Amino acid sequence: MQTRTGKGHLEMNTMRNLKTLLVVLLAAPALVFASDAGLKLDRAPDVSTDKAALQNGAKLFVNYCQGCHGLSAIRYARLQEIGLTEQQIIDNLMFTSDKIGEPMLTAMKAADAKKWFGAAPPDLSLAARARASEAGSGADWLYTYLRTFYRDDSRPTGWNNLVFDKVGMPHILAILQGEQVLVKAQDAKGKVTHKLLLAKQGRYAADEYDKQVGDLVGFLAWASEPQAALRQKLGVAVLIFLAVLFVFAYLLKKEYWKDVH
Amino acid sequence: MAANTNSEKYKSDGSLIGNLLEWVDARFPATSLWRTHLAEYYAPKNFNFWYFFGSLALLVLVLQVVTGIFLVMHYKPDGSLNANGIPVAFASVNYIMYDVPWGWLVRYMHSTGASAFFIVVYLHMFRGILYGSYRKPRELIWVFGVLVFLCLMAEAFMGYLLPWGQMSLWGAQVIINLFSAIPVIGDPLTIWIRGDFVIGDATLNRFFSFHVIAVPLVLIGLVVAHLLALHEVGSNNPDGVEIKERKNEKGIPLDGIPFHPYYTVKDIVGVVVFLMAFSAVIFFAPEGGGYFLEYNNFFQSDPLKTPPHIAPVWYFTPFYSMLRAMVWNFFWLDAKLWGVITMGAGVVILAFLPWLDRSPAKSIRYRGPIFKILLAIFVFAFLILGFLGTKAPGYYFFGYQPPEKGSSLLSILLSGDIIAQVFTAYYFLFFLTMPIWSKIDKCKPVPERVTWK
Repeated sequence: MQTRTGKGHLEMNTMRNLKTLLVVLLAAPALVFASDAGLKLDRAPDVSTDKAALQNGAKLFVNYCQGCHGLSAIRYARLQEIGLTEQQIIDNLMFTSDKIGEPMLTAMKAADAKKWFGAAPPDLSLAARARASEAGSGADWLYTYLRTFYRDDSRPTGWNNLVFDKVGMPHILAILQGEQVLVKAQDAKGKVTHKLLLAKQGRYAADEYDKQVGDLVGFLAWASEPQAALRQKLGVAVLIFLAVLFVFAYLLKKEYWKDVH
Repeated sequence: MAANTNSEKYKSDGSLIGNLLEWVDARFPATSLWRTHLAEYYAPKNFNFWYFFGSLALLVLVLQVVTGIFLVMHYKPDGSLNANGIPVAFASVNYIMYDVPWGWLVRYMHSTGASAFFIVVYLHMFRGILYGSYRKPRELIWVFGVLVFLCLMAEAFMGYLLPWGQMSLWGAQVIINLFSAIPVIGDPLTIWIRGDFVIGDATLNRFFSFHVIAVPLVLIGLVVAHLLALHEVGSNNPDGVEIKERKNEKGIPLDGIPFHPYYTVKDIVGVVVFLMAFSAVIFFAPEGGGYFLEYNNFFQSDPLKTPPHIAPVWYFTPFYSMLRAMVWNFFWLDAKLWGVITMGAGVVILAFLPWLDRSPAKSIRYRGPIFKILLAIFVFAFLILGFLGTKAPGYYFFGYQPPEKGSSLLSILLSGDIIAQVFTAYYFLFFLTMPIWSKIDKCKPVPERVTWK
């Protein structure tokens, strides 16, 4: 099991990979549904205020995801809200449309997708909200999901996933992450445990891959509710206004009621 | 309303507006309505915290109607798939959330408003139980109120189908399928309700029609009846004292104050506090932790993909628990049908409360220990039933893992299924045995005038 080509770092890197990659200690059946209790999700980094990270996420989405998945609720022009100019969007991100007011659809036809994958890849506009559960936010689920693909020859795509068993999607980011394998082991109590080990290094080292996935997930989280930041800012203003209004409403009530005994 | 004929008409002061008002008042009971329902409606002066929720329910009703009007301008009740493979109805909600200016705010107000409506109405009903507001002469107010609650449930249930997400589809599927438990006519009945063999476009369209026209009309009519009945007999109060029994020489109750301006200015304070809580949800937690907007409902509906766990929205869960608690077939009837009957009876039994309660005192302030203890358990049981309704069957408290074979004492005591059955039985026994225990309970003497406790 080789984790990195560098010599002498083998053991240290294995340890680091074990830490940074997901180590899920759960029996396989419990992993079938994301909502199952006991499933441990890694926490996705919060990049909601980091424009560079969101832009990188948009780039990754367009390059790696949009071939199959649409983001139908987001119009290209809206990417200006993460700090891009109209010209930057037109020059770098628009592969499926030539009108900036159009939604970010996928070029793949739904009928073809169904033939190739068994089911059409879902639109990802709301993925970061829909995947939320008691185990964590939707972003946490996506962050864990995109980092826990492993080689499984029994699957038609050759890939399987720890949080989404028998997933129809192949590991599209393998070129970045490399290939992981699932290692079964028994702990001291004889309980079967599962560990993911990096069998083949991709373009990025493990930490860098995590960062890239964090950016991509951050972008999807932004896309799931682009007005979230505005909503919270507005909420503070509304609550301050209501607090002031409360004082006047209370004083008015007191004034009227002073003669009620 | 006798006031209509006796009340004096508005006299103009000679100004243009004054003349207009006089003209209107000669042809329409404007002054009389104003006096009967606001300026000369005498309410007890000792209303406390619990009395905010009636006016708040009215506020939320208006909020739902107004936000609903704007949502309908952009929403499309269409179950067919668009060019991107997304149902048109689901995509139109996305359009409201992403593209319609301030659409997200209006939609969050409407979705949070649905939950707020139930919170406010549950507290309003609880107030009625605390102070015996359903007792003679207010039985009809209470019965109208229970009908309002029923309408509200229908309204919420049908509204929940409209976003056309996974929980919309499968929640409706579960509830509509319940009717198939009725012998003989069950299956044709469910097809008649759906308008199809499955929940589809026909179901979506009829639910839309009911949600935006039929049920709101009935709901508003019932609310008006509820208020007219209230203003006919007058409000109860935390002491359960009839203020109309003691009046001054002008015929005004000694403990009464005009609703306007006293309670209008007081209710403004309540409204502001409510809006703070409401805004906190809308702006900082619009999903309400997955209870106000269920996470699974952000998936578009897919009739081929059954979600692992289908839970109704929180406000239905106490009654959903009662439904699931029935697991036995008796009298040749299926357990499922008994579940439906139990759930329905759980709501309907509320309407009989005025005739089940035989206590000499109305208010909890003067009622005896039996009522206080049984009511406390009742509230606890209702909350636990609600909690269990959000969980899948086979839930155990405190993360307890039952033994694989047989059962232990703990596997019985901590079993959500068994606790739901016990509390369902308690819920009904609380009402059915009320004529007995409410009569023998030791009540304190009720004062003649209201107090300021």
